[in-house]
Amino acid sequence: MVKLAEWRGKEIFRKYGVPLPPGRVARSPAEAEQWVRDGSVPLPCVIKAQVLAGGRGKGGAVRFANTPEEVRAAAEAILALEFKGERVREVLLEGKLAIGRELYVAITLDRSARVPLLLTSSQGGVEIETVEDSAIVRQPIHPFPGLAGYEKRRASQSLGLTGAASKALSLLLDALWKAFNAEDAELVEINPLAVVGEGLVALDAKVIIEDDAAFRHPEYSEIRDDRTPLEEIAREKEIAFVQLDGNIGVIANGAGLTMATLDVLMEFGGHPGVFLDLGGTDDPAKVSEAFLLMAQARPRAVFLNIFGGVTRCDTVATGLVQAMGQIPPAERFPLVARIRGNNEVEGIEILRKAGITALSSLKESAQSVVAAAQGPPPAGGRA
Amino acid sequence: MSVLVDVDTRVVVQGITGHQGSGHTLQMKLFGTKVVAGVTPGRAGTQVEGVPVFDSVQEAVDRTGANASCIFVPAPFAKDALLEAVDAGIRLVVIVTEHIPFHDMLIMYHYAKERGTRIVGPNCPGVASPGKAKVGIIPNVVFRPGRVGVISRSGTLTYEIVNGIRENGLGQSTCIGLGGDPVVGTSFVDALPWFENDPDTDLLVLVGEIGGTAEEDAAEYIRQHFTKPVVAYIAGRAAPAGKRMGHAGAIISRGKGTAQSKQAALEAAGARVGRFPFEIPDLVSEVLRERGRR
Repeated sequence: MVKLAEWRGKEIFRKYGVPLPPGRVARSPAEAEQWVRDGSVPLPCVIKAQVLAGGRGKGGAVRFANTPEEVRAAAEAILALEFKGERVREVLLEGKLAIGRELYVAITLDRSARVPLLLTSSQGGVEIETVEDSAIVRQPIHPFPGLAGYEKRRASQSLGLTGAASKALSLLLDALWKAFNAEDAELVEINPLAVVGEGLVALDAKVIIEDDAAFRHPEYSEIRDDRTPLEEIAREKEIAFVQLDGNIGVIANGAGLTMATLDVLMEFGGHPGVFLDLGGTDDPAKVSEAFLLMAQARPRAVFLNIFGGVTRCDTVATGLVQAMGQIPPAERFPLVARIRGNNEVEGIEILRKAGITALSSLKESAQSVVAAAQGPPPAGGRA
Repeated sequence: MSVLVDVDTRVVVQGITGHQGSGHTLQMKLFGTKVVAGVTPGRAGTQVEGVPVFDSVQEAVDRTGANASCIFVPAPFAKDALLEAVDAGIRLVVIVTEHIPFHDMLIMYHYAKERGTRIVGPNCPGVASPGKAKVGIIPNVVFRPGRVGVISRSGTLTYEIVNGIRENGLGQSTCIGLGGDPVVGTSFVDALPWFENDPDTDLLVLVGEIGGTAEEDAAEYIRQHFTKPVVAYIAGRAAPAGKRMGHAGAIISRGKGTAQSKQAALEAAGARVGRFPFEIPDLVSEVLRERGRR
């Protein structure tokens, strides 16, 4: 998924006609000052760090300013922040508004019902996770007719909006519905949605775009999200790769088997540090590539768990041996392979000849790799 | 009788001329499936593994009596392939293709449902009834005919568990891989009544994973309506919250969809829940022994 920073989400909102405060993005204190001096952003204004993590208000990542000098100082302070591990590269400046009530509106997917879901709550401006379920109204929307007039009226009613504000909500929901579908979003969320006079203004924007729709949206391909650098490389190579906190690298095929492998390791006292899902591939080159990527994460030990159904164990083993040969001896790590299924005997033979521990029992191999990870660290330290 | 497929199943493979499509056409035939047609636009008149190729699903249906489809076409074209199959009157479509945008899948699901077509998948291994038919890509070697039903959201993990059941001397009635995407054509709750009503199934194995509430929904159904014994495994206890674990569906959010909540719900519904995948085949044997049905 591609989580968009607030300002990118708001660019999408603007495209579809969701009302926003007057605002500009700045990448330096000078630029921030410029936007208020030339009148692009009215004073007083708010300066917000453009990071993906929540809780910016309490974390000093949102400041207010009344003069161009204050804007510059605030932008300078925020741009120097590292907020929950994320370096702040951009700030969003927006004119401060006279806000009435703060509401919550979002559209996301209801997986069980297999329909989009419109969520509304009159308790906006706080983390939605902290709002009681009874205060959130959930309205399923059938994908074919789309968002209907009566559904929008019901939303207005749930938010206590009447007259011009109700009309404004109707237009806003149409815009949000269009954005959700046309941008292939997993989530479009406005929290808070502020009542300003008779109108509504989106003060924040949370938009998550679905990865699988990337072929329709080349415009999102350059956007970095919350992946680690190695996860980013993996994504480019189309390998499912996730970094966790532990020190054992796990390579398996299929997401379910990969997760089950992590479960077994944890059960025997191991700490998975990286996991890598080979998927259905049995191309030795692809296996090598995946393995070398794993090596870059500097695990203490690596556990390979393959069930060869569609995949053949011998080709996976061949790829593995090739890759091991490319790693400098000083950076090598203990490897335990557990392979079952198609050409299992040949696969185990190839690995054993190359000096790699190869077993067919999941339990024994998990115990063996946990023991290996507790051994002395390899040269160069761990990930 | 069996679930979803039987000896009368006649399969058309959409995307038969591709690497996956042709390879699995052969495997389905070796399983004993009647693969009667393939479709790749522009390739009519050719053959793949002895199966005639047509330009459209409608032609394939008219000429061969195909009544089930297996889709291998790339994700950007999968929606079109499904709509074509539904409009040609196909009533069972297994979608193997992965990475189909869920917005497409929403349309596919509702379009098919309103016209009476059952989708299994996407991003799934498909359906197999040993001795009868297979529509999909589950390896043939893991099966033997028997009386254990299997439904799963995983692929490889399912092969591993099904294989273990076979190694324990038991066999399967029908195995369905539902796929792990956020929007699937068939959920546990959709499939449970089929196994409840299937006279060939004595026990059901349910393999779930973290993310969503499909397993909690299944547990509720089992508690209220399912009379056969259930053995379950949930993958992902060790998965961190919020990280994408390969399957788009396996994301934990708002404290729901955790392995713990799923295990607890299934246990409360009377299912035997294994802690490890390798325990499942033994649990199956044990439960069947207790019930005197071996």
